[in-house]
Amino acid sequence: MKYGDTLRFAIQALFGYPARTLLVLLAMAMGVASVIVLTALGEGARRYVTQEFTSLGTHLLFVIPGRSETVGGPPPFLAATPRDLTLQDAMALTRIASVVRVAPVSVGSAPVSWRQRDREVTILGSTSDLLEIRQLSMAQGEFLPARDPFQGEAVAVLGSRVKEELFANENALGEWIRIQDRRFRVIGILSKKGQSLGMDMSDVVVIPVASSQSLFNTFTLFRIMLQAKSRQSVISAKASVIEIIRERHDGEDDITVVTQDAILSTFDRILVTMTLTVAGIAAISLVVAGILIMNVMLISVSQRQTEIGLLKAVGARSPQVLSLFLTEASILSFAGACLGVAIGYGGKWVLAGMFPSFPLHIPQWSLIAAVCVAVSNGLIFGVLPARRASRLDPVLALAKR
Amino acid sequence: MIRLTDVDRIFEVGSEKVYGLNRVNLSVAPGEYVAVMGPSGSGKSTLLNIIGLLDRPTQGIYRLDDENTTDLSDHERALVRRDKIGFVFQFFHLIPRLTAAENIELPLILAGMDAKDRKRRVMEALNALGIRDRSRHRPDQLSGGQRQRVAIARATVMRPRIILADEPTGNLDRASGTEVIQILEGLNRIGISLIIVTHDPALGERALRKIVMEDGKIISDTRKA
Repeated sequence: MKYGDTLRFAIQALFGYPARTLLVLLAMAMGVASVIVLTALGEGARRYVTQEFTSLGTHLLFVIPGRSETVGGPPPFLAATPRDLTLQDAMALTRIASVVRVAPVSVGSAPVSWRQRDREVTILGSTSDLLEIRQLSMAQGEFLPARDPFQGEAVAVLGSRVKEELFANENALGEWIRIQDRRFRVIGILSKKGQSLGMDMSDVVVIPVASSQSLFNTFTLFRIMLQAKSRQSVISAKASVIEIIRERHDGEDDITVVTQDAILSTFDRILVTMTLTVAGIAAISLVVAGILIMNVMLISVSQRQTEIGLLKAVGARSPQVLSLFLTEASILSFAGACLGVAIGYGGKWVLAGMFPSFPLHIPQWSLIAAVCVAVSNGLIFGVLPARRASRLDPVLALAKR
Repeated sequence: MIRLTDVDRIFEVGSEKVYGLNRVNLSVAPGEYVAVMGPSGSGKSTLLNIIGLLDRPTQGIYRLDDENTTDLSDHERALVRRDKIGFVFQFFHLIPRLTAAENIELPLILAGMDAKDRKRRVMEALNALGIRDRSRHRPDQLSGGQRQRVAIARATVMRPRIILADEPTGNLDRASGTEVIQILEGLNRIGISLIIVTHDPALGERALRKIVMEDGKIISDTRKA
């Protein structure tokens, strides 16, 4: 029997029972589609996080006061509180050759008012370098001027929402606002960038770090953000930062330096694992579809007993009968898989329409894996019915009517 | 060409042994026309299944063309069935989703013949049985007589030397039954051995050789002069 004839016979058989064929196709298609859509969501989440991190800036290091690692030894009974990070610490870091920008950041919350309007807003104290490091952009006016960071100036840059809520449609540039009991002149307004990593940059007021420290009467920094020259210099920059701060803090390692890459790769690992998990769960539906194929094929074998008996009577050998039924099962699973890929892409398209900012992506591995699992499933679960068909006793099969 | 020697076919029904065939000895020469008669359960169909290599004897020897078929594997038996034997059944056993021509083509497809040769052979068979205009019809669009003609065309398309017919007229009215018998007899006249299992005494009378069975045994074997 020729391959083409086997294929044609199997296709004719599938068209001979359209309802059964459609149901099996649908089950297989839904299995494949759910694998594809769920991995697209997982991969989308991964890309979303990556995108968020790169929108934060590149080659960044964060210096945070206190140690986040335990080093063993007896618990610190005495004087265990970490030293504060100061503006002097931050400025000392500008000496490092592989660091291009340093932005000290202090954070506080204070009432901000203009005329009768009053709001409690997060106040970020920083320097002009913050603009580049956090890749902020200006809607109007200028960012903080690049002057001596130890000199506090009475200027402020507003986040877009703060501007809207305080000034509505009126002009804010050049106006004097009041933060707590001090007056600041508005010199710029940030463009709407939205959320980046938990901090809503539209809901802040940025003032020079020295002004903020005197406003809140503290010398402590919330953290220091640094930008390295290149990806390669991040590691050496990190070592230099630790060394310089240790020198300044009487030989104590009381800071934590986190690199952007480290955070990114951690998130990446978590999200890849999540994607695989979700895809694995969806793959169960493929197995279910495989079992359905087996059931339907078994029913089909008993329905078509006389046909099988007849094929044997006119000279079909058992392997031929086996290959006819296996071909049917593989056509079913392959066509189901193709249909599933189409449905998966359709689902992705619909989701993309509903959530345009979410970077949905169907990874190639999930397509290949879904189709391969579907087809091999169909084959594996097709073997049992096909064997049953090929072993049918023609005398008994033909006796049924 | 067909020679059965001391053939038993024993079925196990529960713990009991039932003789389908009991010490059957039979030989059929090429070109013979044999009717096998007898009551239900007398072993007629079992005999036909054994001759047609669909079933194996429990004991005894069946030689077909001087070849001991009891030694053949399932695979070889399928090839012998395909090349030497044509079956005609009471219930036609046409595949409902295939057209008349496709049903006839089936043995040729299984034999792996080229599409061109297949088409020629199917055309010949359709012409020989006068159902050329029905070639694209599916079985449910054909009358009983036409269906049996399609089945005969399928049985003969491989040009076998033996036709085995199990109650070929059992599901037909008298007129189309007679037509079908005439077609089968026509095949016999060109040299094909014909073995018909039937209940119908009138059919039995037409055959040149009549075998009567009872309880798995041949109780009479008569030839017309």
